[in-house]
Amino acid sequence: MAQSFTGRERSLQQQRVRAAYTFLAPMLIMLAVVAAWPLLRSIGFSFTDATADTIFNGESKWVGFENYLERRVRSNGEVRWRGVLVDPDWWNAVWNTVRFSAVSVALEATLGLLVALVLNAEFKGRGLVRAAILIPWAIPTVVSARMWGWMLNDQFGVINHMMMSVGLIDAPIAWTAQADTAMLAVLIVDVWKTTPFMALLMLAGLQMIPRDMYEAAKIDGIHPIRVFFKVTLPLLKPAILVAVIFRALDALRIFDLIYLLTPQSDATVTMSVLSYRELQQFGDYGEGSAMSTLLFLIITGFVLLYIKLGRVDLTGSKS
Amino acid sequence: MERYVFKTTLFYMAVVLIVIVAVYPFYYAILTSFETGTAIFNPNVLPEAFSLANYQAVLSKGAFIRSVGNSLLIAGVTVAFALLMAVTASYALARVRFRGRGLLLMTILAVSMFPQIAVLSGLYELVNLFGLYNSPFALILSYTIFTLPFTVWVLTTFMRDLPVEIEEAAIVDGATPWVIITRVFLPLLWPAMVTTGLLAFIGAWNEFLFALTFTISETQRTVPVAIALLSGASQQEIPWGTIMAASVLVTVPLIVLVLIFQRKIVAGLTAGGVKG
Amino acid sequence: MARIELKNVRKSYGAVEVIKGIDLDIRKGEFMVFVGPSGCGKSTLLRLISGLEEITDGDLLFDNERVNNVVPSKRGIAMVFQSYALYPHMKVYDNMAFGMQLSKSNPKEIEARVRKAAEMLQIDHLLDRLPKQLSGGQRQRVAIGRAIVRDPRVFLFDEPLSNLDAALRVDTRLEIARLNHDMEDVTMIYVTHDQVEAMTLADRICVLRDGKVEQVGTPAELYESPNSVFVAGFIGSPKMNFLKGSFAAAFDCTTLGIRPEHISVVDEARGIWRGKVIHGENLGSDYFLFVEIGAEAPLVVRRDGKEGLPVGAEIALAPEIPNLHRFGPDDRPV
Repeated sequence: MAQSFTGRERSLQQQRVRAAYTFLAPMLIMLAVVAAWPLLRSIGFSFTDATADTIFNGESKWVGFENYLERRVRSNGEVRWRGVLVDPDWWNAVWNTVRFSAVSVALEATLGLLVALVLNAEFKGRGLVRAAILIPWAIPTVVSARMWGWMLNDQFGVINHMMMSVGLIDAPIAWTAQADTAMLAVLIVDVWKTTPFMALLMLAGLQMIPRDMYEAAKIDGIHPIRVFFKVTLPLLKPAILVAVIFRALDALRIFDLIYLLTPQSDATVTMSVLSYRELQQFGDYGEGSAMSTLLFLIITGFVLLYIKLGRVDLTGSKS
Repeated sequence: MERYVFKTTLFYMAVVLIVIVAVYPFYYAILTSFETGTAIFNPNVLPEAFSLANYQAVLSKGAFIRSVGNSLLIAGVTVAFALLMAVTASYALARVRFRGRGLLLMTILAVSMFPQIAVLSGLYELVNLFGLYNSPFALILSYTIFTLPFTVWVLTTFMRDLPVEIEEAAIVDGATPWVIITRVFLPLLWPAMVTTGLLAFIGAWNEFLFALTFTISETQRTVPVAIALLSGASQQEIPWGTIMAASVLVTVPLIVLVLIFQRKIVAGLTAGGVKG
Repeated sequence: MARIELKNVRKSYGAVEVIKGIDLDIRKGEFMVFVGPSGCGKSTLLRLISGLEEITDGDLLFDNERVNNVVPSKRGIAMVFQSYALYPHMKVYDNMAFGMQLSKSNPKEIEARVRKAAEMLQIDHLLDRLPKQLSGGQRQRVAIGRAIVRDPRVFLFDEPLSNLDAALRVDTRLEIARLNHDMEDVTMIYVTHDQVEAMTLADRICVLRDGKVEQVGTPAELYESPNSVFVAGFIGSPKMNFLKGSFAAAFDCTTLGIRPEHISVVDEARGIWRGKVIHGENLGSDYFLFVEIGAEAPLVVRRDGKEGLPVGAEIALAPEIPNLHRFGPDDRPV
């Protein structure tokens, strides 16, 4: 058993830290290649006049902030501004994105909470209902966009058919094509698809609240609605907050649903969709990258703001 | 008593409403997928026709089956790859105290929240640089951008919940970090691995933006792109029946998986508080 | 088999110091118990000795060799955890053999050692089971068996009985005491917050308080001559009575300590304290009287189980003078 130590042994903690760095290395390298590098390149493109053709042959030029904002003086002395920051299409997309995010997250949080409260009650077939609400979540976005596109079809859609047969409307509505209903259509599909996710997160939060708490309130004869606002909601706040942050971040970058359900509609085009059009359809890598960079900055700012304001422990590492 | 009956009725009405709203759209897609010709254009609630013509149309096109194969390959490889790297990384993040751990976790979370569009032009260049454009590897590479942070994140939360004393017992027994991961933690973590893998698989299976951008030929398409680009004889005529049949085909296995792993998925979703 | 020396050992987490300079000499083959209230640093101290935590400052010596930076598995220690910490997916046999398998020992020797340990603890019929198929007591025995198989120089126990119910705790305590007799060369260090475990198991007890050693000594030494009010109050059940003010002044001290068994009920004439019985606890063999004598707390007096007195009785009490503990204003003995 006699062991001899040289005194130069690495302690347990040192060994573990070394192992940790080795273990993290593959992931970090991978993320640097697929995330950090492309992000930096994209930001770089936003300062050039790159197009789909010049992106590879190195012929694109550095143009500074021209893609964002450029002051041009015409020969007749007239001053003109151009660039993404003065592009009405861009601001329309910003407005659409914000509008969509705010309304969809608010609706999904409220409906999600309601569904969670229903599922938190004990009743026969609860498992089945929980399974049923997982279905919208499991369906690929492309499929739900197509499915709803069909249901909301102006001539043969079942939604128009139903609403007409109960007398809600007199004539079919072109849900996805009309400017005044396109956003509504997008919201319906997104809320349908994402509320289950919110509900499940909130249900998990609800189930963490000890039952004794409700029983104590019941014995004290406190009205259930009061219990909800005074006990349930405050205790559920952290779960709701985290769910809302994640959803909001997801909503701000929405692309596929809008691209598929309401293509070419100005009433729903979001920052991601507009940027994609600029990049892929018009091949303008400079301006498209400028837009995507702005979206990235907005989302980053939003995250920082949330962390600062809400002091949300997203990493859960305080334990 | 009357009040009680009223309340119970109201409650069950809410339950029924939730179920109908959740299930009806997919039910309607199934109905449509069995209809052809003019039957398709008659909105109906109960099945009125039964024809497999749409399914035949989808499956007879080699391209669609090819797309399913592409999607399986890409999602499978991406997830396997991500899990492999995530197991060791999440051990380091969950169980070892080191400087900058909190910051690293936040960064990983931030990457998973990236707007995909923000890296699109850079990735496009990278994919072309490696000569991967229009190949499955382009998608495997680019999907890593969201599957890797996601799996690391979720596995870290699961890994953190494993009892400290078991790890300490293993340390006293002389286990190195690698042995702890492979011989002590992995056997305890496989349910979490299955859940995480499944969620990441669904994410990769459903991805649309990268798949649309990095593939050009019909044979390289994944399922979402194939469905999005299904077109009829003319531009104006949208083949709803075929689209619904294809949708049902790719969704049913997913739903079956989700229902089988229902409880675990809920645990996985709440573990990461992640997006769908 | 090992002598363990701690020289001015310190541990801090950031700015918070939890172990504040400990000097301690643990002899070969000794059964040393660390005891103290929660938060006193006893578990941390054990983890410093095991190597699971790093020592911030000072020296830790095993048989005169500095082991501060030696990893746990190379220190020749074995540890029994509070939660048993068995590997849930391994059968009992593999749980016990895991350490030897990792050190690439001869499979025959592994098998022999596992079987021997299992027989010693009477768990040889359980070797094919998974931990979840065992009772709490059996699990803790497997955990002890796993430690034995490692053939350690030092056995470390971290509150091994606190997850067991009362009856099982007594049985397992006996088991550990027997183990200590059987393995007389092996040094054992045992952490507990329960002074009964400390008293019954220890060769010597180290009482810790707030990251420092309060007193080290045999159970009898600590019981008979505690060197502070803290130790006097911590060791012994029921607690020592403490009297202050004029009661203490009468004996030339600030705090007067007297154990319940050192007070007798006497004739009115010989009585030093007088008071009324306000409560009685009959434990069968012992009868504890709670007597209100006008001090801060009622005085607890031990009598024989059959010698109870009715509540409300007015009685006179006298302490055994040689067994009085007198403490000065610094809480140290006068």
